[in-house]
Amino acid sequence: MTEAVTVKRSVRLRRALMYPLSFVLVACAWELYKWLGPPAGGKVLGMRLLARTNDRAMPHTWKMIERLAHPEVRGRSDAIWLVVSRATWYSFRVALAAFVIGVLLGLVLAVVMVRFKTAERALMPYLAISQTVPIIVLAPLLATLIININKGLVDTKWLPVMVLGVFLAFFPVAVSALKGLQSTNAASLELMDSYAAGWWKTLFKLRFPAAVPYLTPALRLAGASAVVGVVVGEISTGLRTGVGRLVLSYGQDATSDPPKLYTAVFGAAALGLVMSALVVALDKLLRRNLPPEPV
Amino acid sequence: MSTPDAAPGGVARVRRQVGLALPPVALGVAFVAAWQAWVTVRDIQPFVIPAPSKIWQSFTSDFGLVRAASVVTGTNALIGLLIGSLLGFAVAVVTNRFALVSEVVNPLAVTVAAIPAVVIVGVLNNMYALDSQVARRIMTTIAVFFVVFVQVSKGLRQNNPTHLELMRSYAASPRQVLTKVRLPNALSYFFTGVRTAAPLALIISLVSEYFGGPQNGLGTKIASTLSGSNKALGFAYVLGGSIVGLLFYLGSSLLEYVAVPWQRRRESR
Amino acid sequence: MTKKPASPPADDAVVVRDLLKVFNRGKPNQVDALVDVQLTVRRGEFVSLIGPSGCGKSTLLRLIADLIQPTQGSVIVNGKPAHQARLDQDYGMAFQQSGLFEWRTVARNIELPLELKGWDKTRRRARSREMLELVKLPDFAGHMPWQLSGGMQQRVAIARALAAHPPLLLMDEPFGALDEMTREHMQAELLRICSETGTTVVFVTHSIPEAVYLADRVVVMSPRPGRITRIVEVGMGRDRTELTREATDFFDRVTDVREALRGAELGAQARGIEDR
Repeated sequence: MTEAVTVKRSVRLRRALMYPLSFVLVACAWELYKWLGPPAGGKVLGMRLLARTNDRAMPHTWKMIERLAHPEVRGRSDAIWLVVSRATWYSFRVALAAFVIGVLLGLVLAVVMVRFKTAERALMPYLAISQTVPIIVLAPLLATLIININKGLVDTKWLPVMVLGVFLAFFPVAVSALKGLQSTNAASLELMDSYAAGWWKTLFKLRFPAAVPYLTPALRLAGASAVVGVVVGEISTGLRTGVGRLVLSYGQDATSDPPKLYTAVFGAAALGLVMSALVVALDKLLRRNLPPEPV
Repeated sequence: MSTPDAAPGGVARVRRQVGLALPPVALGVAFVAAWQAWVTVRDIQPFVIPAPSKIWQSFTSDFGLVRAASVVTGTNALIGLLIGSLLGFAVAVVTNRFALVSEVVNPLAVTVAAIPAVVIVGVLNNMYALDSQVARRIMTTIAVFFVVFVQVSKGLRQNNPTHLELMRSYAASPRQVLTKVRLPNALSYFFTGVRTAAPLALIISLVSEYFGGPQNGLGTKIASTLSGSNKALGFAYVLGGSIVGLLFYLGSSLLEYVAVPWQRRRESR
Repeated sequence: MTKKPASPPADDAVVVRDLLKVFNRGKPNQVDALVDVQLTVRRGEFVSLIGPSGCGKSTLLRLIADLIQPTQGSVIVNGKPAHQARLDQDYGMAFQQSGLFEWRTVARNIELPLELKGWDKTRRRARSREMLELVKLPDFAGHMPWQLSGGMQQRVAIARALAAHPPLLLMDEPFGALDEMTREHMQAELLRICSETGTTVVFVTHSIPEAVYLADRVVVMSPRPGRITRIVEVGMGRDRTELTREATDFFDRVTDVREALRGAELGAQARGIEDR
């Protein structure tokens, strides 16, 4: 047994090292293509498939890093990394709220569906369809709707963005939690019956623990979806404070200041990575008593 | 089965199916009816929320517009889905032989799944001419690629141990194990990957349009109409997008059903 | 352990001599899977291996199949080293999991070993038809495995194992996942198939009646370390029917095997205590 554990540790260490290495390799590929590729782009089979490699289209990777230290606009005092970090932090809070609410909503919905067969029959087809239709495009609508209902009572600029994140996050949780809650076998349920345990006791003692393995992939998906919902929501509703909007507005400065856009892209990537790290930690906590997953 | 048995059995089955279909249909009808009633009774202005009847009117009368935009975005998504799937399969098969390569690609796949990858289109837009759809198609290809790559890699690795033991008892060569066991097994994972990636391809194509470029796709049309005053048309575009999404899903599910019929059995078990 | 003096190798299907198998040698989790195993299986004989889990019966089967290699000792199959026998496809194998390829039809599953041997299609078709007749599933050639019941899947697995007409059949608890009724039916079918084809069988099981009903000799094994403790001669002839299961002879042999197993277990426990 000890053998297996140590082997696993060394594998884990190598995987951890592969992480930065793979990004270095991507950066190298970028520089290599920039060096070899056509500056004004090129055609393959009559299509303009070869990317332009001039400094405006593909700035050097070190220029992107360098750019982080300079101010957002000439004359401002704050370095751009600080501006991007603030925006990312803002988006992160919105996305986190969306994730938490989305997961809770998904769980509640799943419990309702387990309790009432009719609710499951009525909702399941729509949950299935919702996975296939692009809900994400409804963001601008949510914005007008919420503004109309709310009539400016509170600062609600972030609300439609968060609601979009909730929307995207709760579907996978609802579907997987339902599957998990129903995964208990008849014998275990009869055992609980034989203890004269009520429905709620059975839910907490048996059904929830049984659902944990099913929740794992759903939580990851929900975390990523909440982030995507928030970033895209910011872009399509025009919320100016978040990192999503920075990607769009810095993109418009690409002609005069090409590396600037990449600072915002780094911010968006960091947002996603921090969120997924958080979800992985949550996942570890939930699974601490379960046998390890086969790799 | 004899006829006297068949008739009541048939009726019972029809009744059972109606019973199954009733709750979702009832919920759908109730939702649309409530929406219609709310808009009518509260006299909600159409630039806030249009009534379902208005949306349907808009969908039928401006069907040409909706179709044109759907074709633009649908084509981008389809091209990305096709190229991304084939690339994902090919690269997974090639890298399977070199453990190191897949260990380098895997972190990238994990990262792309975790970050809002669609912002990459902002970068791609600078690298390609803004008046073409190339950047969006490449973005879609990237997103699809990683989903399919991860699935196919899994399929190549996770084989039934009895199959492998059998092949060893047959003194099969590594090449034979690849063609008779690993590839067929990976094929079922491939089609699952394509089914997962199909709705994603459409969403990425739609959202890619928010970052600039040609204004003739569903994404830009929905964004401009839903934040403008002709919301009924906006919803008609949303309806169009939903139909494209369903087509993608049905198409990829059908493909999976036909190509790897044993897969469905495995999942239901 | 066998009473017979060493006969010329060509007469014996399997000869195992001084076999030692150690897993994870020299590491803290070292396991002595098999120690000092001697076993000879005569041509046309049906031998059952029985014992509690961890006694190494499956390991012994895999050593004969050359799926794993011995630490020491020799395994001769069909008069040649096990490795060569595997390359020559001198045996067919069936497992507890039928291990059918779900993407192949029943016929193409049976044809798989022939395909790997490079047979042409007409010859393969003819053989798979013949094998389906043998296992009494002639109408299922075009079916997919998941359309068959567990017992039927196991028959297909047996047909596949025998497709190349190997002289030896190695079976690892092939009926372990079947219900009792199906199981008894499959045992009778297996005996019929073996008498029709004259195949030698080494059969791993943990069911005492199954071992006795099928075998000419039952090899009783014990764990920690895995080894052969006794070989029970069944001696009831080859014509066994459902009545055999109710015969006094049958019960006597079952009792013999049971006592041999119990003795083996007690022995293992006693040694366990000594070790500590």
